Amino acid sequence: MAVKTYLQAISDGLRSEMQRDKRVFIIGEDVGVYGGAFKVTQGFQEEFGAWRVIDAPLSETAIVGGCTGAAMMGMRPVAEMQFADFISCAWDHLVTVAAKQRYRAGTPVPITVRLPSGGGFSGGPFHSQNPESSFAHIPGLKVVCPATPADAKGLLIEAIQDPNPVLYFEHKHLYRRIKDEVPEERYTVPFGEARMHREGDDISLVTWGAMVYTADEAAQKLEGEGISVEILDLRTLAPWDKEAVLRSVEKTSKALVLHEDTLTGGFGAEIAATIGEEAFESLDAPVRRIAAPDTPVPFSPPLEKAFIPQVEDVVAGLKELAEY
Amino acid sequence: MATTGTAVDVVMPQMGVSVSEGTITKWLKSEGEAIAADESLLEISTDKVDTEVPSPASGVLQQILAQEGETVAVGTKIAVIAPEGAEVEAEAPPEPPTQEAAQEAEEASGAEGEGPAAEKTEEAPAAPAPAPPEPEAAAAPAAAEPPAPAAPTADDDNGRREAKFVSPVVARIAAEHNVDVASVEGTGRGGRVTKKDILGYIESGQAQAAPAPPETEAPQEAPAAPPQPAAAPPAPAAPAQAQEGETVEPMSAMRKGIAEHMRRSLDTSAHVTSSIEVDMTKIAALRQRLKKEWAGSYGVNPTFLAFVARAVVDTLKDYPWINGEIRGDSIVTRNYVNLGFAVELADGKGLIVPVVRNAETLNLLGMAKGIADIAQRARDKQLLPDDVQGGTFTITNPGGYGTFHGTPVISQPQAAILGTYAVVKRPWVVEDEDGQDAIAIRSMMNMTLTYDHRLVDGALAGRFLRDLRERLQSWDESTE
Repeated sequence: MAVKTYLQAISDGLRSEMQRDKRVFIIGEDVGVYGGAFKVTQGFQEEFGAWRVIDAPLSETAIVGGCTGAAMMGMRPVAEMQFADFISCAWDHLVTVAAKQRYRAGTPVPITVRLPSGGGFSGGPFHSQNPESSFAHIPGLKVVCPATPADAKGLLIEAIQDPNPVLYFEHKHLYRRIKDEVPEERYTVPFGEARMHREGDDISLVTWGAMVYTADEAAQKLEGEGISVEILDLRTLAPWDKEAVLRSVEKTSKALVLHEDTLTGGFGAEIAATIGEEAFESLDAPVRRIAAPDTPVPFSPPLEKAFIPQVEDVVAGLKELAEY
Repeated sequence: MATTGTAVDVVMPQMGVSVSEGTITKWLKSEGEAIAADESLLEISTDKVDTEVPSPASGVLQQILAQEGETVAVGTKIAVIAPEGAEVEAEAPPEPPTQEAAQEAEEASGAEGEGPAAEKTEEAPAAPAPAPPEPEAAAAPAAAEPPAPAAPTADDDNGRREAKFVSPVVARIAAEHNVDVASVEGTGRGGRVTKKDILGYIESGQAQAAPAPPETEAPQEAPAAPPQPAAAPPAPAAPAQAQEGETVEPMSAMRKGIAEHMRRSLDTSAHVTSSIEVDMTKIAALRQRLKKEWAGSYGVNPTFLAFVARAVVDTLKDYPWINGEIRGDSIVTRNYVNLGFAVELADGKGLIVPVVRNAETLNLLGMAKGIADIAQRARDKQLLPDDVQGGTFTITNPGGYGTFHGTPVISQPQAAILGTYAVVKRPWVVEDEDGQDAIAIRSMMNMTLTYDHRLVDGALAGRFLRDLRERLQSWDESTE
């Protein structure tokens, strides 16, 4: 098995579906000639032609609106938002039309919207956000947040073949930093199944996306202190693997939910509430959340570091729970 | 509904601010029986009212935690409703004395311990009068009381209570293994017993050594580990022993309440009774006429009592002391009348005095409706705590059984109580149109006013009765 970066894995998955299924096409800002702002689609236009790798005008509304129409007519569009932050312009098409069309008229809307998201490189308030919880809240949309290269490929293929609109949050900070083995052949990773990243007995740490790596480092640090942390990588938020989380909490009786998105109304709230509702009698401590503070993402590197949950923050949170 | 799956606790409800405990008089469902939300689950009796408690959820009555006759503090868990479709745990072990239960027990016993002291404080002449006069507050927590000299061990208790929080999982494990959490050494924050602590305790075999409550639901004879410390009966009064030919039954909470109140009233007020004969012939005729009219239009009966009550309210305006109260060294009078009516319950074995509030605002029809309403609700056990509080004057009507005289006991802290008796036709000397005496057949009713001679003298009572009689005999329909 070849070792690939997270970014290559996304690119591979995309290419696999472009080759396999003629209904699949790519549309986005600078995805064609330029190969995409992050070079995910480099060489795609040469390989598949300008009609299947479309450079769109600077209008997320038009991109997602066009995708919605094409999907309703039987195509399998893959849209790229240059940054996940820009998706707010496409809110209406996604939330009002795409998310409800299947329910309202029975028409499938198989769109995949790729969303380079997350911070950690001084992108500032418009290029660093993690808006996944806003969409996980909308019935009719699916939300995917891969953490590993293998999942990035398998979840992207699953997203493209899914008959519903899927928001695929790819974390920019993982693009070239994370490398791992990725199978060459085509495969899918099903939605709604969490990945057991690390087994442990004392505390369940539930997270996704780039925070999986922050969690992992924290868990390693605590291992020496005799605190055994179990890390669950949710992989998808809509649907999310409630059973896996409850199973883990029933075992450990303590839970920490970690995300890079801001705290209030973040998806961690949903998870914490569910644990409180459905695993109350298993709890030996309050469910703890660690997330970014409720502010825009700061540009200044030290401020951004203070904003995004760091390994030390997670270590402190886990210790507090262990000592409770 | 998606929200199934969790068992729901039933707790002793708070029946009014001053009520701190209640007695379970009857379980209307037994363990294992299905019950719908809001369906009546049990009957309880408090110092103030008897009422039915509706089920907080639909499901199956999984466990009864307080038996009939037990008196428990407000908020104590008394039953568990399992969700619909859930397996009924036939052998649910008795709840072990958890930290919370122990705490409740302390609170309950604390409240009772303070009872008599609080009561003394209330009645001490020097005590500044608390705003709502509530003699029954004796059993309530001491919050409403003026700072009593003996406010005993509350602080010590608080100190101990704070010590240990029992987390949900520890509580569950403790229940499953019949472990008293208090006997486990805690290593968590502030000495809290963690899941690991209790699991270690169980694994070490110490749990077996502990005096575990019996595993089955067989009659519990071991007095060492009562399943519900909170439910311990308040007073250790030994049950009476039945002699040959005798039957012994426990006194209901209501009976105890009545007994206490009657004794206290006689110990408080200087009871004196004056009587008067009232010619109700005019009222009787009016009743006959109104009966048909009201039955059709309002569905309510113009009883003699309603007429008397109307006349009483008007008369009380001129005798504020009779509608008043002695509070400490002061005399309290009011610009309103909350009229209490003694209502018999349980075939004459119980008594409650619900109140028609602001009776001065009611005309005859309103009064009749008000009396019918509270009497009905008293019999249906639907009275609310406020319905039996704050009376300023009471009417009792034992005349329904033909009695013609009585000496009722004043409902404290009121100043007087009016007794009304049977309306009987009697030969009566009247003046005819020529001013000559004649004997006529009249509908006569005796009335008594029993008053607290500390406040009301015989002359004042006599005037009151005279004016009341005059109002009734010359009933002015036009003012209604």
